[in-house]
Amino acid sequence: MIRLDRRAHVSLAARIGAPIAAVIVALALAGILIALAGAPVLEAYRRMLIGAFGSRLSITETLTRTAPLILTGLAAAVAFRARLWNIGAEGQFLVGALAAAALGSQHGLHLPAPLLIPALMLGGAVAGALLLLGPLMLRLRFGVDEVVTTLLLNFVALLFVSMMIEGVLKDPLAFGWPQSVPVVGDALLPKLLPRSRLHIGLLVAVGLALLVALVQARTVFGMESRAAGLNPAAARFAGIGLTRILVLVACLSGGLAGLAGAIEVMGVKGYVTTDLSPGFGYTGIVVAMLAALDPIGVVFAALFVATMFVGADSMSRALGVPSFIADVIVALSLLAMLVALSLANYRIRR
Amino acid sequence: MMEALDIFASAGLWAAVLRIATPLIFGTLGALICERSGVLNLGIEGIMTFGAMIGWMTVYHGGGLWAGIAVAALSGAMFGLLHAAMTVPLGLSQHVTGLGITLFASSLSYYIFRLSIPVSGSPPTIVPFQPIAIPGLSDIPFLGEALFSQTAPTYLAILLAVVAAIALARTPLGLAVRIVGENPHAAEAQGIDPIRLRIGAVVVGSALMAVGGAFLTLSAFNSFFPTMVQGRGWVCIALVVFASWKPARALLGALLFALFDAYQLRLSHVVGKAIPYQLFLMIPYLMSILALLVMARRARVPQALMQPFRRGER
Amino acid sequence: MSAPVVLSLEGITKRFGSLTANDDVTLELRQGELLALLGENGAGKTTLMNILFGHYTADSGRVVAFGQELPPGKPRAAIAAGIGMVHQHFALAANLSVIENVVAGTRPLLSLGLGAGAARKRLVELSARFGLAVDPDARVGDLSVGERQRVEILKALYRDARILILDEPTAVLTHQEAEQLYATLRGMAALGLSIIFISHKLHEVMAAADRVVVLRGGKVVAERAASATSREELAELMVGRRVARPRRESQEPGDIVLEASGLDAGGRLKGLDFTVRAGETLGIIGVSGNGQATLVRLACGLEKPSAGRLMLYGKPVADPNPRGFVAAGVGRVPEDRNGDGVVGEMALWENAVLERLREPRFSRAGFVDRAAGRQFARSVIERFDVRGGGPDSPIRLLSGGNVQKLILGRNLAEAPKLLVAAQPTRGLDEGAVASVHGEILAARAAGTAVLLISEDLDEVLALADRVQAIVKGRLSPPIPVAAADPRRLGLMMAGIWEEAA
Repeated sequence: MIRLDRRAHVSLAARIGAPIAAVIVALALAGILIALAGAPVLEAYRRMLIGAFGSRLSITETLTRTAPLILTGLAAAVAFRARLWNIGAEGQFLVGALAAAALGSQHGLHLPAPLLIPALMLGGAVAGALLLLGPLMLRLRFGVDEVVTTLLLNFVALLFVSMMIEGVLKDPLAFGWPQSVPVVGDALLPKLLPRSRLHIGLLVAVGLALLVALVQARTVFGMESRAAGLNPAAARFAGIGLTRILVLVACLSGGLAGLAGAIEVMGVKGYVTTDLSPGFGYTGIVVAMLAALDPIGVVFAALFVATMFVGADSMSRALGVPSFIADVIVALSLLAMLVALSLANYRIRR
Repeated sequence: MMEALDIFASAGLWAAVLRIATPLIFGTLGALICERSGVLNLGIEGIMTFGAMIGWMTVYHGGGLWAGIAVAALSGAMFGLLHAAMTVPLGLSQHVTGLGITLFASSLSYYIFRLSIPVSGSPPTIVPFQPIAIPGLSDIPFLGEALFSQTAPTYLAILLAVVAAIALARTPLGLAVRIVGENPHAAEAQGIDPIRLRIGAVVVGSALMAVGGAFLTLSAFNSFFPTMVQGRGWVCIALVVFASWKPARALLGALLFALFDAYQLRLSHVVGKAIPYQLFLMIPYLMSILALLVMARRARVPQALMQPFRRGER
Repeated sequence: MSAPVVLSLEGITKRFGSLTANDDVTLELRQGELLALLGENGAGKTTLMNILFGHYTADSGRVVAFGQELPPGKPRAAIAAGIGMVHQHFALAANLSVIENVVAGTRPLLSLGLGAGAARKRLVELSARFGLAVDPDARVGDLSVGERQRVEILKALYRDARILILDEPTAVLTHQEAEQLYATLRGMAALGLSIIFISHKLHEVMAAADRVVVLRGGKVVAERAASATSREELAELMVGRRVARPRRESQEPGDIVLEASGLDAGGRLKGLDFTVRAGETLGIIGVSGNGQATLVRLACGLEKPSAGRLMLYGKPVADPNPRGFVAAGVGRVPEDRNGDGVVGEMALWENAVLERLREPRFSRAGFVDRAAGRQFARSVIERFDVRGGGPDSPIRLLSGGNVQKLILGRNLAEAPKLLVAAQPTRGLDEGAVASVHGEILAARAAGTAVLLISEDLDEVLALADRVQAIVKGRLSPPIPVAAADPRRLGLMMAGIWEEAA
């Protein structure tokens, strides 16, 4: 018979060690799959590292991939901390992207660049937040579990985006491809490095991670939302308005996911397609969990996940291992992380 | 307007309803069995995807269609075991673990599929299940075509719903599952091991989910392609709530849902380009949310759903 | 005693980490005997019974029932050997029927059919034989607490239990219901059943048991025939030293602090009238589930009355909310201290200031002044002797008594005008009870009005100046504590106010 005993204190080493151990376990397990594909495992991982960091181009590509993952990771982390199960970051990302594209197009806002860029970011964030406020309202008013509603809305959001870019927002110059009209030049994010795709979105994402960390650690809102997430009954008893906290958290979470979409449009592509997100929203959940919901940890977890994706693409081309291996590694990391966290927090006894 | 109503008079619609409902019946029953024992299994979407892939792969590599179903069930059971091992004895978050299983199972499906089937223009196909003619019944005009020209797994799904309903209500095993889902401490006091029972329920439920996925590639279509499950798993989770955790109502809910789905497909053809087709495609998802909304306060939730059981703790 | 030994525990030891819950415990039960297992919370009674029933595995020692050693960790084996357990928190599934609760697990899991017909017949027969009336087809959630306990006992009898273990069986019963239960148990013992009941209530143990085994710190410290001991001796054996609970000094009450008139709460409370004055304690006594939770919610500012008026310092409360109450000088001690009182994962200092976080001294411009918070926590720790951690320790590491001292302390440090205390000593050991009582009496002496909601007769008699009973959402008229005794309070709690008067 197994019993789990809560540890009194979780050491810093255990907290940093848990994600590292999880990643090692995930890489080892995925190694079996790489071997099944007939490729040398260590060579594959070496090539993944080179693919992600081996050149100036690959480094900038990896960092470009990291930016949206930081934001969707933060979106999941702030929501989960308050026990708001926002699994809809994928949809919020898409509507955020669509909002930025619509407002940033020729027919959208006409503002000078220094104002236009923040306005579009805000537009994306508002769109994302609105998409999450719906399910939150259903939960608060009717007791509908938000997990399923946010999941289902991801599909609705994708269909909505598809409808818009084949409809009113369709780019007439795209030779019939379903893509939105492009944003104007002033709406494009300045590059961080010349001759690369790396844009200032990365700075925005890292800055927001720091900001979220500060808010959570030092502000009344941070402490109240933590209490609300850990023990809603005690929070209510202490006079903390749970509805208010949840609405604010939903705005923050949905807003971060929507912002991620807006930044991806303004920084990388300039227009929206239905395959704009290779699962950024869902992967954000893994990022958040790998970081144990810590905002600063999210930055590192996002970097890890981006490394896997960019590295796997290049490794796949060289060794013929399907690039889906990156998704497998990321999913396994999540599962391993859950077990590692539980081992860090509990002692197993018989 | 008349055309919109004429759709109901076509036997093809009703045949499609049963076909569309089949994976949902399997999936909803699977999720229902898990949840009745107290475990939410959000791995369903990924488990259905894996079942679809591995079932198809089995047949593609020379196995029989039923072998494909069996292999899918086995794979579902394995993922169920993983989910149960993490959520039941370890007591990890059922939400996050389930999503992790979905990400793992679906990415593993794509990986294995891509590994054995090189990229090509049109996906390779198999010969799927063929409709079974039931002597006598299938020859009835309209009804025969509408209801009795399905493939074997469809009949199996309906049979399973009936069996599950009776088993839950009327057998010691069903009662044990219910009491564990309502109050595991009560079960333990009666000498029922809640941990083993929950693991068992999740394994069986997950096997059914995978069979639901396999139906997509072995009967509804004849090939596998990524993202083909398209949220059907989440719809099943919503249908469990709509069914108030009762198998007979789950059957009804899946059929009702399939009716809307089948109808919207045909309606969008009738309406043509006047209304964007995406609006019709949204209907199933919006219907699921509506179902949740209607039932959220009325349904009798298993009292211990999502509550980990630890011996001696209350 | 010549009756044969039916059950023996031999050298049972069980450790949880550094804590030894049972230390070489040995005891015997004879046929037809009513044995009381007496001890404080944390003495190891429940652990011992869980080992006996197979919920836990002992580190060493063995359990022998009817001459057969029981395999450890197997509830099924215990059931098969004829042992039945009635848990303190009923192990019942509320959404299932009585009969389903009774038959679950009695047949092989893979057999067909529940055999409900035969089961119903047997259940009716058992009910009649042992005087345990209950409707077999009722949904358990619809039954009263007393009926649920009968279902618990029937569950054991249905499985041919010849040894019955009851864990704190009267915790949720009125005085009268408890007496009836013990009469039933004595009848069962006369029919040859052997019974162990766990309790910390001395008067029950004295009245009901044949023999008493006292457990302290996991060890058996004494064994007495009930006829050859006294309350005082048992109390001292149980606690290990003489603990004098503080005494209430009489004093003149001041102005009315809290006044309720015609208070209704959506059917859960009906027309409550009461007043509490400064320097006075009003005790609201009642069996749990009679509306206390709602009354506490109203008095703590968590809920609005649906009718009637709540007046604080002579002014009606317009828009009740927890922050407003705290700011107005209301100290609040919730019934469920770990559920409502503290956030276990948060630090002690955070829990100390959470309900005052928005006051200027603890935050500025939305930023928390952590130094001020820690300082406040330190002063509470020091003044109220909170042990088990510093300001930065997670509060879940503290014992129940220390959590309660923190909750009391964070309120009393602010010298509240009103203290609402719900079940303030439930589940605490004798030492902690004494210190909580001391603090509440000190607050009263300093002029705080105290609204005490409790189901513990001794507590109410010790602390209150006046007593009202709460029954099915209604309040009895108040009586002065001098006129109260357990019998009269028992009648009041049963709703028989005229007879009690």
